[in-house]
Amino acid sequence: MLNQKKQKELEEISKKIRQQSINFHINNPESRIASALSTIEILVTLFFCDFLKFEKKRKMFQNELILSKGHGCFPIYFILKDFNLIKERTKIPIIPEPDKIFIKTINGSLGHGLGVGCGIAIANKIRKLNKLIFVLVGDGELYEGSVWEAIMFAGHHQLKNIVLIIDNNKICMLDYCKNVIDLEPLEKKFESFNWCVKRTDGHNISNLYENINILLTIEDKPKVLIADTIKGMGVKKLMNNPLSHIMSLKKDDIQR
Amino acid sequence: MTYMMNMRDTLISYIYNKMKKNNKIVFITADLGSPALDKLRTDFKERFINAGIAEQNLINISVGLALENFIVFTYGISNFLVLRAYEQIKNNISLLSHYKKLNINLIAVGTGLSYDISGPSHHCLEDISLINTLPNFHIFSPSDNNIALLLLKKYFYKNVPKFFRLDSKPLPDIYNVISDFEIINGFKELKEGKDVVLITTGFSTHTALKIIEKHKKNWGLIDIIRLKPISINLIEKIGKYKYIATIDESFINKGGLDSIIKGLLINDETKKILSFGVLDKYPLLSFKREKIHQKLELEPKSIINKIETFIRNI
Repeated sequence: MLNQKKQKELEEISKKIRQQSINFHINNPESRIASALSTIEILVTLFFCDFLKFEKKRKMFQNELILSKGHGCFPIYFILKDFNLIKERTKIPIIPEPDKIFIKTINGSLGHGLGVGCGIAIANKIRKLNKLIFVLVGDGELYEGSVWEAIMFAGHHQLKNIVLIIDNNKICMLDYCKNVIDLEPLEKKFESFNWCVKRTDGHNISNLYENINILLTIEDKPKVLIADTIKGMGVKKLMNNPLSHIMSLKKDDIQR
Repeated sequence: MTYMMNMRDTLISYIYNKMKKNNKIVFITADLGSPALDKLRTDFKERFINAGIAEQNLINISVGLALENFIVFTYGISNFLVLRAYEQIKNNISLLSHYKKLNINLIAVGTGLSYDISGPSHHCLEDISLINTLPNFHIFSPSDNNIALLLLKKYFYKNVPKFFRLDSKPLPDIYNVISDFEIINGFKELKEGKDVVLITTGFSTHTALKIIEKHKKNWGLIDIIRLKPISINLIEKIGKYKYIATIDESFINKGGLDSIIKGLLINDETKKILSFGVLDKYPLLSFKREKIHQKLELEPKSIINKIETFIRNI
């Protein structure tokens, strides 16, 4: 359980990151703000609850985070600034790019992250290293067949150090996912591929924290956390709008 | 009849021996086997991975391993390895290699018309143009086991993405001796001749040798063993010839061997170039290679006739 003080602290951080992301988007209207706003609490939980195991002296993370839904992950730069890992005036790309400090993968194209994560997991298995590999995907991204190739592979090889987090914001680009291809029942699908599954409110940091910790107790399976989120969380104009993926905001649109 | 070893078995045997001494080498297949692979997959259970018939995941897993500083050998049938997983190859190998050092070696078996009787779904006429388009790749196109092995040895530790395009059939030895300089140059002048030079790669080098030796044509022959990066020293080697004939089991005018050579010679108006390959239509043929070549006019007699007619009509 996350104590109340820590929870409050992380909620404030999430508020700040959310606002920074919106401000960034106003100046960079091609950035996918609705997709980014559903990831905030997930990213804050991973970084600030130390699931990534930050080593302050060496200025690096022991565990991996692969940003497979790259178009929604630019908020990560505001988090990395908080960790003093990038300079204040560093130019932020709208899709995170590989760098020397943290990001290993190309993240603009969907469906790749979990497979690459499987390769890293195998490498760690060979070297007998107990490092965790978190992979953040979108729900629409689950339409890509390559993701299911990786899901089958990870389940068969019992890659227990893989933690897949699905930002399940229910909307892809043109419509609600349930109207395009209904992804449910997700739990049954993953369980049938030998994964351990949990589902939670993706904007509740305490729930995210608790469920990730529960998953990490499982010894012999890859893990998936289905994080139910709201696309465009925090901006009324975007929330529950099936076309929010492609919408840009102006200053007047922001209501907090 | 002399037993002819297959190029993939030559390479895999070498990789096996390297794996005994170096635990940073891994081998991943898309469920494709070979006699030499049987020993590898038994003796190196931890570092041999069968990804199943899933080429996209095969490439992605390979990339994950290469990011962790493994030397990765990724093995599959040419057509499926290249085309099914092309975006993974572009995104996670070519593009990512601009940021990270990746020692990934794609061992693609069945280039050109190798899988002759399996038909057009198994033919790979596009691999040169597709991989040539991708930055940072080295493309190796050996014509016999000796060259295949020398290329692998020379570039083993080089941290760049590499594409080895191998014929699936055992091919006779061509090379007894080749200098390190020639390996670095990426081509070998197998025969010096007059007026006409045949420029070939892989299997087509054997076709060209038949033209020169069996049909006794006094033409030059240059075997391109590294298609990318292509050596500009080739320009000087071609210099003395007036007529250049490129031969390959791939599409012509679409970025293959012929386009690479034409690109080198683009500013030389004195050269006349003739290209032999496949025109803009898939050969709907599932015969033995010799018969496909006859149908496509890629066998020695047709090539000779066309070159001689071409010269007469200039």
